[in-house]
Formats: sequence, C-alpha cells, structure tokens
Amino acid sequence: MAVDLSILLVLVQDGIVNGAIYGLLALALVIVFTVTRVILVPIGEFVAFGALTLAALETGTLPGTVWLLGILGVASAACRLWASRRHATMRSVAWQIGTSLLLPVVVAGLAWACIHWQAPQLVKVLVALAIVAPMGPYLYDVVYRPMADASVLVLLIVSVALHLALQGLGLVFFGSEGSRTQSLADTTLEIGPLFISGQSIVVVLVTLALIVALFLFFERTLMGRALRATAVNRLGAQLVAISPALCGHVAFTLAASIGALGGILISAMTTIYYDTGFLIALKGFVAAVIGGLVSYPLAAASAILIGLVESFASFHASAFKEVLVFMIIIPVLLWRSWRTPALLDEGEE
Amino acid sequence: MTQPILDVQALHVAYDAIIAVSDVSMSVPKGSIVTILGPNGAGKSSLLNAIMGVVPAGGAIHFAGRALGGESVEARVNDGLSLVPEKRELFYSMSVEDNLRLGRFRLRHQGSAEPMLNEMWALFPRLKERRRQLAGTLSGGERQMLAMARALMGEPRLLMLDEPSLGLAPLIVREILQTASNLRDNGVSILLVEQNARAALRIADYGYVLESGRVMLEGEPDALQADQRIVESYLGVRSAVSV
Repeated sequence: MAVDLSILLVLVQDGIVNGAIYGLLALALVIVFTVTRVILVPIGEFVAFGALTLAALETGTLPGTVWLLGILGVASAACRLWASRRHATMRSVAWQIGTSLLLPVVVAGLAWACIHWQAPQLVKVLVALAIVAPMGPYLYDVVYRPMADASVLVLLIVSVALHLALQGLGLVFFGSEGSRTQSLADTTLEIGPLFISGQSIVVVLVTLALIVALFLFFERTLMGRALRATAVNRLGAQLVAISPALCGHVAFTLAASIGALGGILISAMTTIYYDTGFLIALKGFVAAVIGGLVSYPLAAASAILIGLVESFASFHASAFKEVLVFMIIIPVLLWRSWRTPALLDEGEE
Repeated sequence: MTQPILDVQALHVAYDAIIAVSDVSMSVPKGSIVTILGPNGAGKSSLLNAIMGVVPAGGAIHFAGRALGGESVEARVNDGLSLVPEKRELFYSMSVEDNLRLGRFRLRHQGSAEPMLNEMWALFPRLKERRRQLAGTLSGGERQMLAMARALMGEPRLLMLDEPSLGLAPLIVREILQTASNLRDNGVSILLVEQNARAALRIADYGYVLESGRVMLEGEPDALQADQRIVESYLGVRSAVSV
C-alpha cells in the first residue's frame, strides 16, 4: 500500500499523540514501581474511571465513582487509624480524618454542584480528576500498605486481583456502553498538507508540561528527593525519617492523577469502555518495561515509538495492530535478559 | 551521672532459631560516649538494629524516659534516635548535598536547612569540596563522613555509630573518632560500636564487652584496658599498630 505524504503525516500525528499518553502512563508506572515495588496493573482502571467519570458529568449524571470514592475513603480511614493506634496524636488523627473522610464528601459536593449548575468543561475535568485521584492513596492504604514488605511477585498478583475487581466495578458503574467526551480544544490547525486537531495539541502540551513538572518535583523539592531516596535505598530513607507510607501516598496520588488525566485526554479521540483502560495501560507498561521499570527517559521515548508502531500497524495491518505492538516487548526482553543476567536481586548496590 | 538517655533492659534478639543478643542490659548517660566492644558476630550490630527498630526484639528499651514498643524506624528517628549503620545506607545515586538535605527530613517543617548544612561543611570540609558529586563516587572514608553528617543534619539526641572505622585508614579513623569526641563535648550522646577497641576506649566514657550476644564485661575505659581478658582478646601485642 502506498503512503502519500498527507496520510503519513496523519499517522505520525496519531502515533505521537497516543504515544504521549502511553508515555504518561509509563512514567506513572515507573514512579510507583521504584518507590513501592508495586507493578500497578490497575492504572488502566484509573484511565477508564477518569474518562467515564468525565463523560457522566457531561451527560449530567452523578458518576458511580463518587460512591466508590466514599467507600474507599471510609476503608482507608479505618486502616490508617488502626495502623497508627499506638502513637496517634491529635494532629495526625485530624489529618487522617480530613484526607480520608472529609475529602470524599467535599468532592461529592463538588460533583453534585457541577451537574446542578452545568459547569464549564474545564471545571468538569478538574472535578473528574478530583474524584479519581484520591482513589490512588486510598487503595494504597487498604490494599498495599498492610503488605508492603511482601515480594514483588505477591504484590503483582494482588495488583492483578485489584485490576479485575476495579474493572468489574467499572462495569457496574458505567455499563457496557462506551462513551466519548467533548474535545478540550475544538479548533483545527492547518499547516500545508498537515491538519492538526486541537485535541492533539492539548495532549502533547499537557504531556510536556507534566513531564517538566515531574522533573522539577523530583529534582528540586524535598518531597521529590525523598521519593527518589526511598527508590534507591529504602532502609537509608527510613533512617532519615522518610516514611515509606508517606512516599506510597505521594506515588499513588501521582499515578492515579496521571492515569485519570490520560483517560480524560484520550477519551475525546476514541471511545472508552469500562475495560478499555487495561489495553491502554498495557502499552504504557510495555514502554515502562523497555525502560527496565526504572528509567524515565527510556520509558517516555519507547512510549512514542509504541504509539508510532501502533498507528502505522493500524493502517497497514489493522487486524494485527495489537499483536505488533506487544511483539516489540519480546526482543527487548531478550536483549535485557542477555545484558543483565542477574537483575532484580532486591538488594542495593 | 545524670539520668540515662537510653536504657536497655534484658534485650533479646533472635533470627529464627539463631540467638544474636541475649539478656543484654546497658545504658547511655546523657552527653557521654558509651562504647560496645566485641568480636565479629558478638551481636553488636544486632543490638543497635534492635534499638533502632530495624529488627524486632524482646525486652525493654527506654529512650529519653519513654518506652519504645512497636514504633517504626522512622518514628524513632523522629524521636531523636539516629543510626549510622555499618553499610552506611547512603543514597548513592544522589549528590552529597541532597544526601545531607534529606538527613534533615524530620525537621523539614522547622525552618531552613542552610545553617546546619554550613555547620556540616565546617565539620567536614572534604564533603563541601564534593557537594555536587554523587555519593557513590566518594571514597570509603568520605562515605563514612557523609553518613555521619547525614545523621547529624537531623540533630539527633542519641547518635549510634556502627563500626565507623571499618575498612578505613588509621588516619581517617582518628579523624572520625575525634569528630565523635567533639560532638560529645557539644552535648550529643553517642553509642559507639567498634572492633577497634583501643581507638574506641580512648574516647569513650564507659564500655561494654559483648561476646556471643551477652555482656561479658563492663566498666570505665581504664578498668577495661587494664583487664587481662581484654588485653588478650582485643588489645593483644599484635595490635600494637596504634591508631
């Protein structure tokens, strides 16, 4: 099949835009894995929840995720108060109740107000983020924190279980029908033979902004350095009073926010179903694995590559689109296992 | 002697069936250096790790008058305990300065880290020269200095040093122990675990000798140095290589 220039440009644009979203998810997966050793399979559910929550807000119905947030909030409060029962101070109890019990109530109020007064699109996006993002730390409190010392394999198995459970809940909340959300920028830019949709520009700009923000966070702020410290030496971090639980909260908040944002960005371009998130996240995961689950630049670069492969594959051999994308991982794994025979010994240095 | 900052009663540490520390009682008076001597495998590191909460232990530990129970490592650090472990546990892929700033994590809400950072540069000028270097590129002695400085950034009330002289040249050992001695003069209490008995007894106010997980002997440095068993085991004629 011959490819003329205009088709080529469309494919490249498509590849870069999807790749950007896979890249965001890959970064989130690397953050969570390096800090907590959890392979966050359910990040795909944050993608789907983000997209479908926004779609529900747009049609004027209260999304079921609001209830899930409330239930998780109560469960997380119970877990946190139990974990700190021996040395609780007034301040820590107030903080725990505020972030785990009060926050879902406030967010639910916002969601209700958002529907009641037909808020502008940007407000809906922020509310959808506010509904999904706190689920990250809540799930950490309830599921991962009580077993933080388990092996990577056990944590992975738990992640798969959590993924299936959340996907089932997604079906309950949103049904089997897919949804699309409104575009965040309705314009189209025309440069010669190239048509760039406003949404593509938004996706690329948001991705770049987020990468810069994450870089500044990890390089310049004490909390960002604390997360890196936990990633390079867990015991060393504890010896300077950096609590693994605090870092887990931050990492999971970042991951859930990034996942939901990815879903919100992509849902203006493709229809999202309750189970679409997993496939999107899996591509982010392939990118993260190419980066060895530790390298941010490698993960981001391979995400773009995956986006491009996918977009060209869907044009030339659409039946084999997913097969081709996931086949990329095989040579990478072979190369990695050949390069580093005894990786992941769970030790330092 | 004033009320002890650290008081340990009948401490017991076991890894599965292996008993590492058994029925150890000891204390560290405020503002003094107490040293724990003993051969490899005597349970010295296990004792420190148990006090720090890195390994679970039976018995009673009182720190600054408060009983320590199931607190996490980071909770104990927040209380003012600090351990410089034998393996240093530095953040090797981060800069020297970042390592030090993170050492002050427990006091992050209490003002700027700059004054304390400057104190550390004054105390360890060599670290200042290397402030932008990655911690992994430092030599053994510099790593020990960085580990100590990182602990001091958190302004601990009790500093526990696990084998600070391990693998270091005699001159650097002297420098590091001199630093410990100066810190004591500034009011920091220190619990010093050492194999290098001669060097440790020179700066200590009190000493315990551990063997097979039990306290075999305790006393003032002079008394310990005069004890025939110590001389034979740890200060033997062979170790005339003075430091």
